[in-house]
Amino acid sequence: MSGHGGAPGAMARPGPDGRFGEFGGRFVPESLVPACLELEAAFDEAWADPAFRRRLDDLLAHYGGRPTPLTECRRLSERLGVRVVLKREDLAHTGSHKLNNVVGQALLTERMGKRRMVAETGAGQHGVAAATAAALLGLACTVFMGEVDTERQALNVFRMELLGAEVRTVRSGSRTLKDAVNEALREWVATVEDTHYCVGSVMGPHPYPYMVRELQRVVGEEARRQCETLLGGPPDVVVACVGGGSNAAGTFAGFVDTGARLVGVEAAGGAAATNGVPGVLHGMRSRLLQDEDGQILEAESISAGLDYPGIGPEHAYLGAIGRAEYQVATDQAVLEAFTLLSRTEGIIPALEPAHALAWVIAEAGRSIPPGATVLVTLSGRGDKDVAQVKDLLGSSQRQR
Amino acid sequence: MSGPGRLEAALRDRRAEGRKLLIPYVMAGMVADWVPVLQAVAAAGADAIEVGLPFSDPMLDGPVIQAAGQAALQAGTTVAGAIDRLATADLGVPVVVMTYYNLVFRTGHRRFAAALANAGVAGALVPDLSLEEVDPWAGAADDAGVETVLMVAPPTPLDRARQLARRARGFLYAVARMGVTGERADLDAEVSATVERARQVTDLPICAGIGISTPAQARAVSQVADGVVVGSALVRRVLEGAGPEGAGSFVAELRAALDG
Repeated sequence: MSGHGGAPGAMARPGPDGRFGEFGGRFVPESLVPACLELEAAFDEAWADPAFRRRLDDLLAHYGGRPTPLTECRRLSERLGVRVVLKREDLAHTGSHKLNNVVGQALLTERMGKRRMVAETGAGQHGVAAATAAALLGLACTVFMGEVDTERQALNVFRMELLGAEVRTVRSGSRTLKDAVNEALREWVATVEDTHYCVGSVMGPHPYPYMVRELQRVVGEEARRQCETLLGGPPDVVVACVGGGSNAAGTFAGFVDTGARLVGVEAAGGAAATNGVPGVLHGMRSRLLQDEDGQILEAESISAGLDYPGIGPEHAYLGAIGRAEYQVATDQAVLEAFTLLSRTEGIIPALEPAHALAWVIAEAGRSIPPGATVLVTLSGRGDKDVAQVKDLLGSSQRQR
Repeated sequence: MSGPGRLEAALRDRRAEGRKLLIPYVMAGMVADWVPVLQAVAAAGADAIEVGLPFSDPMLDGPVIQAAGQAALQAGTTVAGAIDRLATADLGVPVVVMTYYNLVFRTGHRRFAAALANAGVAGALVPDLSLEEVDPWAGAADDAGVETVLMVAPPTPLDRARQLARRARGFLYAVARMGVTGERADLDAEVSATVERARQVTDLPICAGIGISTPAQARAVSQVADGVVVGSALVRRVLEGAGPEGAGSFVAELRAALDG
């Protein structure tokens, strides 16, 4: 695949106003502006500090299990007629890419002299990761989770509590991820003096979208080097799932200057990049699912981690300039991909990256030409989802 | 906009008379008779009224105003519908619309400002528009003659407070405590420091809000600020069925405490 080219300036540092083109910015009440400014300064300083970077890299290596491997999918590739390789974030500690971000933010929390983190979570992966990093560094941690999600991810609630975090069930609004973000922001306003808001994705007010992308950049940079070794260069297509879009942003950051086709895959019921229109929510200007008045709509999909009515502002920008494209996968296709990867490769994916796989399965031999190389970021493992999938597939699967 | 707007002029005049300013908050559409509630609140001694337009994701609001917003949305309240009702409400005091930026952005800055101006709304408070992001809206509002109220908060440094005051119209809103809207048993001591910092940088009227819920608290805060904004305590009573009469008598209590 050629003709995409590296877009000049794509995925660079945003300006002081935190804009990626027209998207991004800092739309927060005055009470939170000083904290955002403090965080921006602290991150810039830490990111330029070799001692901070060494400590982060050391923790990600010896605590987190990095680098994660690149796995060639022989049987799946044979079946699809394209060469699929997986970036195995499912093998990182806590079972997803989320750890990269939270270890960085926990270190920053400590550096800013704060003693507590608050976090939102959808599927529970970010909440578990935040609780883990808090335990590691001896920080207090409160995680907000929508009631709908505490029910479908009950085990993750217990995991967070086991790790010493307090989990607060959110009963406002649609009782899912967006409402958990609202509650985390409300708590942050009240406690900002000693508390850091550990945002879980490339969303929120500046500097979060930029900072979280930088903390996830390790995924793309490792994959780039590993592709050089395994494939002799970058793959033709790079695919990742997108809720807020942190694993996609980290992955794309490693390939934005290559000719690779970059594809983000959203849940069909929460496709803000495809169906959203520009708006402002949770401190950022981005594409949002909303009605004509500007009321935010509820995203709905099989996967709690992708039930978000917006996307990170940098994704809205990459889509607008044509450097990345955003596609959707239906719940049905996702379940089929979940099963197929389990059976062909012995890897049970989380439902979120199963969206990325579902798109590859649908497009192999179509917009992905036969023999093309495809990198898929497997952002997390499916253990958290097996009970839900068992219910969804029913007995038919077991009888076969 | 040349010279002070209607909201600022009204508040300055009353301050000059030695009166402490009272700005109650009511959510549009939260009960069927919300317009009669506004009329009762105006008649009971409000100097201006803040009217919330409901938003699905009100990040600066606590449980009471969230519930009022949900009730309003469930009742089918729309931006245009609420503004239309304000146009004919005939309150006799300036109205400040309070809402979140996405509703303004989605409608369009100029269209939203024109709709407010045509309905006779004097001002607007959009709390998630930071100073850095406020210009596109505030410029459109200035052009339409709608005054954009801005907030100063406990952590706002002096030089930033000065910039906020320069951009603010109508009055300067001093955030009385860190956190979301809602009733609190105690006042936070930092409200005095925040108001005093604002006082150093502006002669606009300064009204304090967030967490002021009782007549005694209103009176205490009015010793330093020019006035108070009272939201959740009034909204809760209306949601509990107080009706226009109950709303009016609570506002009268606040008025008496401020005058007393």
